[in-house]
Amino acid sequence: MIKKNIATNEFGFVFNPATGDSYSSNPIAAEIIQLMKDGHSLNEIKKTLLDKYEVDKMTIEKDVDEFMGALKENNLLNN
Amino acid sequence: MSENSKPIVIAVTGLNAIDSPGPGVAVIRAIRDGLNRPVRIIGLAYENLEPGIYMDAVCDKTYQISYPAAGAEVLYNALKYIHDKEGIDVIIPNFDAELYNFITIAPRLKLLGIHSFLPSFEMFDARDKLNLYAFGQKHDLKVPKDKVIYSVNDLYLIGEEFGYPLVVKGKYYDAVVAHTLEQAQKAFYKISAKWGFPIIVQQFINGTEVNIAALGDGEGNAISIIPMKKMYITDKGKAWAGITLEDEALIELARKFVSVTKWRGGFEIEIMKTAQDELYIMEINPRFPAWIYLSAGAGQNQPAALVKMALGEKVVPFTTYDVGKLFIRYSWDHIVDVSKFQQFTAFGNL
Repeated sequence: MIKKNIATNEFGFVFNPATGDSYSSNPIAAEIIQLMKDGHSLNEIKKTLLDKYEVDKMTIEKDVDEFMGALKENNLLNN
Repeated sequence: MSENSKPIVIAVTGLNAIDSPGPGVAVIRAIRDGLNRPVRIIGLAYENLEPGIYMDAVCDKTYQISYPAAGAEVLYNALKYIHDKEGIDVIIPNFDAELYNFITIAPRLKLLGIHSFLPSFEMFDARDKLNLYAFGQKHDLKVPKDKVIYSVNDLYLIGEEFGYPLVVKGKYYDAVVAHTLEQAQKAFYKISAKWGFPIIVQQFINGTEVNIAALGDGEGNAISIIPMKKMYITDKGKAWAGITLEDEALIELARKFVSVTKWRGGFEIEIMKTAQDELYIMEINPRFPAWIYLSAGAGQNQPAALVKMALGEKVVPFTTYDVGKLFIRYSWDHIVDVSKFQQFTAFGNL
């Protein structure tokens, strides 16, 4: 899951206070990060997005997993 | 004037707020912001074009002093002269190269009533570039391997041992990353011509550059520790923008340094953080960094705290600071009438 100290705002700005790195995310990515910070599991997040947006399950699975990979690569997830 | 409204007179060096800035202007700004008492700032300048001499609301009066090479006695006499006119309460030197003289005369200045808050020679020498590797070994702190050399011919063997790139550094200032023997030789000549000998050749560590500004109380306690990552670095390697970090490992490292040295005063640790989160100490500067105003901006005003400790007041260690606070340096063309320049150049004060 996402590190506890990662700061975000409603515009999709993400800041890692441990490294000083900051990122701009799109609105869906910002929503995923917020859901993670609120303590939702990956499956819950996928279901939320599936219910909210007109998109098939396979696309959601693929996009969310890819996004998780990007978060991990940028050292934003707990080990 | 009542005792309470009498300003504290603080003398500060390092007014060269240029592209490779001295910390003086930032130190003064922090003191004016955070001491919450009337102050009178006496600038001490080496050159007649140090911007801090002419900037508004920085120094109330500035005097020219001789370069450190003139020796401790010349410095003492100059400060005594200025003290007779101004009644200095506290003095804050801000250059590595001048500290030896200031530490030498600190006890005599104290007799005059001029307080300082400086490391001892023992502390000062422990973190010297020449001793840093041994210091790291002794206290289980990671420091890149280095060699101290006096001849350009030594670079051949060091290049074979360390491999390239490697870092060629001056005793006080300057560091060049050399990718070939030719680049290392060029750096050797350039730096030795400017700063003299010896030259330090250091193993290159790949990673992210992080700096820490800290203040020790001289009894082993860290009063303040602010870690900062450089976000924009000039071609001289200076931070033009930086951001405060939340990183317990960095804070712990600075705390350990203060604890083992019982450091008295401000200092800066330059660190390279590797991809594996190893923290290599590249350098420890025995004074506040030029970006020290960020400590005030983040909620731990180190220069103001130093003044209080220099005056013998007990300062409680700071416990929190704002993470994600940035500084962004800027250039500003200050307009000065030539008469001020003439005054300082001709009479050595303004």
